[in-house]
Amino acid sequence: MSHSDKTPGVGTGGFPSLRGFAGKIIGFALTLFLTFLGLMAVTFVIGRVLPTDPAMAIVGNRASEEVYQAMRLQLGLDKHLIVQFWIYLASALQGDFGQSIMTARPVVDDIKRFFPATLELATLATIVGVLVGIPMGVLAAVRQGRMIDHVVRVFGLIGYSVPIFWLGMVALLVFYAKLEWLPGPGRYDFYFEGIVEPVTGVILIDSAMAGEWDLFENALGHIILPASMLAFFSLAYIARMTRSFMLDQLNQEYVLTARVKGLPERSVIWGHAFRNVRVQLITVVGLSYAGLLEGSVLTETVFSWPGIGLYITNSLFNADMNAVIGGTVVVGLCFVGINMLSDILYRIVDPRAR
Amino acid sequence: MSEKPLIEVEDLWVRFRTPKGVVEAVRGIDFTLGRERLGIVGESGSGKSQTGRALLRLTSGNGSISAKRMEFDGIDLLNADKKTLYGIRGNRISMIMQDPKYSLNPVMTVGSQIAEAYRIHATASASKARDKAMNMLDAVRIREPEKVYKLYPHQVSGGMGQRIMIAMMLIPNPQVLIADEPTSALDVTVQMQVLALLDDMVRKNGMGLILVSHDLNLVASFCDQVLVMYGGQIMERLAAKDLHKAQHPYTRGLLNCLPRVDGSHEALPVLERDPAWLEQQGGRS
Amino acid sequence: MVMQDAKASPAKGLRGWLLSDSPANAFQARAQNAYVGWLAFRGNPIAMAGLFIVAGLLVVAALAPVLTGGEGLAQNLGNRLKPPSAEHWFGTDELGRDIYQRIIWGSRVTLYIVFLVSIIVMPIGLLVGTIAGYMGGWVDTVLMRITDIFLAFPRLILALAFVSALGPGLENAVIAIAVTTWSPYARLARAEALTVRKSEYILAAQIQGASRWRIVTGHVVPMCLSSIIVRLTLDMAGIILTAAGLGFLGLGAQPPLPEWGVMIATGRAFLLDQWWISTIPGFAILIVSMGFNLLGDGLRDVLDPRSGSEG
Repeated sequence: MSHSDKTPGVGTGGFPSLRGFAGKIIGFALTLFLTFLGLMAVTFVIGRVLPTDPAMAIVGNRASEEVYQAMRLQLGLDKHLIVQFWIYLASALQGDFGQSIMTARPVVDDIKRFFPATLELATLATIVGVLVGIPMGVLAAVRQGRMIDHVVRVFGLIGYSVPIFWLGMVALLVFYAKLEWLPGPGRYDFYFEGIVEPVTGVILIDSAMAGEWDLFENALGHIILPASMLAFFSLAYIARMTRSFMLDQLNQEYVLTARVKGLPERSVIWGHAFRNVRVQLITVVGLSYAGLLEGSVLTETVFSWPGIGLYITNSLFNADMNAVIGGTVVVGLCFVGINMLSDILYRIVDPRAR
Repeated sequence: MSEKPLIEVEDLWVRFRTPKGVVEAVRGIDFTLGRERLGIVGESGSGKSQTGRALLRLTSGNGSISAKRMEFDGIDLLNADKKTLYGIRGNRISMIMQDPKYSLNPVMTVGSQIAEAYRIHATASASKARDKAMNMLDAVRIREPEKVYKLYPHQVSGGMGQRIMIAMMLIPNPQVLIADEPTSALDVTVQMQVLALLDDMVRKNGMGLILVSHDLNLVASFCDQVLVMYGGQIMERLAAKDLHKAQHPYTRGLLNCLPRVDGSHEALPVLERDPAWLEQQGGRS
Repeated sequence: MVMQDAKASPAKGLRGWLLSDSPANAFQARAQNAYVGWLAFRGNPIAMAGLFIVAGLLVVAALAPVLTGGEGLAQNLGNRLKPPSAEHWFGTDELGRDIYQRIIWGSRVTLYIVFLVSIIVMPIGLLVGTIAGYMGGWVDTVLMRITDIFLAFPRLILALAFVSALGPGLENAVIAIAVTTWSPYARLARAEALTVRKSEYILAAQIQGASRWRIVTGHVVPMCLSSIIVRLTLDMAGIILTAAGLGFLGLGAQPPLPEWGVMIATGRAFLLDQWWISTIPGFAILIVSMGFNLLGDGLRDVLDPRSGSEG
């Protein structure tokens, strides 16, 4: 910030100096790296240190003695903890999370199979959350204290007070069992199995690309309920944050200036106040998306949606430690990664943060 | 001067609903503004800023305006519809605020904010508006307007920010300018420059000016007429040149509080406030 | 500006003491602060609704033996899956147990979980945060790095993995939740410690010879308390929901404990025809969560208005 009346020199206007920018990137990379490391450390503790017999937890109690001993060797259980961690970290970096007891396949392959279903849900829900939640939040802020504000606030309140697995069950009960408007659990009815080759793994896209409209319709019907549940969740959070940010902005002097200029109210709200909020919403949407990835665990259980959440919980019930850890690491990494990404985006876009 | 006044205000009241009761910020004031400079001077809470905002119907949320008359150029400001108001704001009556750090939009370049002010009231292409904005930056004596155009408000100094504010508010060539403490947030040296600029622009464009300030000296030297406000009412109105002949004890008190280079070196008197001044005064004072 | 009722006569008695303009001592000043805060709180219908619900929860939990005939553990297989009736207000579950009783006693389980998490999380967060903020330097950097790392973790997933390693159980679930919840409190405590550290009255205390420890406990901690309490109340709903989620998955409280999440899970098999077994516990969770959220919002408005944009 220059303190003289002269025109500021090069370096303070527009793009910041190269050194400052590079420094920030390095700072982020470091934080990202340390957080990943931290996540791996925590999962290591959970997977290898906490269980009384980590090798048994991985191979299961029906494995033969040889397999068991081989696993003990592989994990380096006779060696120092740091070495074990290193073994764990090294294999994880290579994408090797071991074998799943349940499916008898590498965990990584299982994850690849199940993840797109979760992404499909989370993405759809977030899109709805953004498209509906943001206008709701803006409207509530602009009409603060009036009926629509109260409605939005109550709606939002329910959204983050409700147990999402319960809401899913109630929705199934009402819309599937009683009203019979929508199909039931699962991603599509079983007789559609195998009709379409998975290209992206996202059924809606794959079936549309293949022109299989029956499947598309069926899949759409199946996705509505779980996506709505997650969308409600996402919407509640996004609307609340948007309202909060907008209220802050609407009290600022520059909003008065915009009105003094003779701008119609709509331009004042969206062109000026909202413009200051956009940037903060990036972080909010990122957090919401990450939160949905996490919340999918419970929703997928209720709707038997074959995503990574269901995979983790099933592995849990089957005491399949490799699968649980592998799934946790992947979801954890996505969670952390999305949050960091939002943070970076925020700083790039906000002119004040440069 | 038999010319019709630009602004006529009669019995203006501004009230706010708060949890603790009704607060009356402005209590029944009258004044007119011609093609002249009117200074409204008073301490914090005297209602001077609220008067300016009421003229543009920009009183904040829980406030309400009432008046027997509030007219600009024959237009009834009190009951004007939104479209009329949008046409008047910025275009015919403009207002500059105190601190450009807060009164400019932080995520838009200063140049684009000026250009926007132009395009609201004139159909023009983006490039034409940009050129106009550049010319305006030049007119407010900013060197290297191309560089400054692309800056963000947090990158410019206070003095430059106020010039930008002036440029933005004068680009549609309004007939009346309300200046709400335009130099209070600036360093003393910069104040002089901005005031000189303001003086120039007001004179060049033949605008009416309402200067709102707590600085008695400033108002005395800058304006033709002065209104002294206290407790939402007008205590005294006089020509600026007659300020030293003020009658009302409040005005006299304010004058006595001003330190003078050639005055005595004794302690300044403390302004004594007579509670009777808060009583509702009938008619013109 | 002029207040219309500026000439009202001053209040007498206790109220006068609480509202007077010049407190005579520190005790009166603190009491006045609390009273004014209470007035502001009382004027806020949202906050009062939240207080009402949370107070209701506490009362119900405390009076559980009075409100019910038994602990909801008595099985009666001849009476299973009965809909709500005059005899069983919320019906019976698959083992013939009275659901109303289980809901009431389940409030104790919920409070127990909330309580346990709080007493783990608050001291850890306070300790880490105040030490980091007050000491500064590399201690600060290291502690904050660790805090940030935990802050970035997905709560439910980690709690899941945690419990899967330790085995299911209420206490394990509590530990799992606590491990993923303490970070924001460390951040809050650190922020307060930083502001306080630079204040002049700390300098004065140091000159008077107060030790670092005394400064931390006597000055820094009290300053943090209000924002921590607000944050904790707002987090309660999340904690309850996570605990219910773990219960739903069979990882938290174990049957026959009447935890509401577990009740929803066991009722799932009977959802189509005996909807009340799963539906009613969910309403209980919803109401209690809403109560804590409302209360937290209200407290924040009163105690900590500047943090309004943090959601």
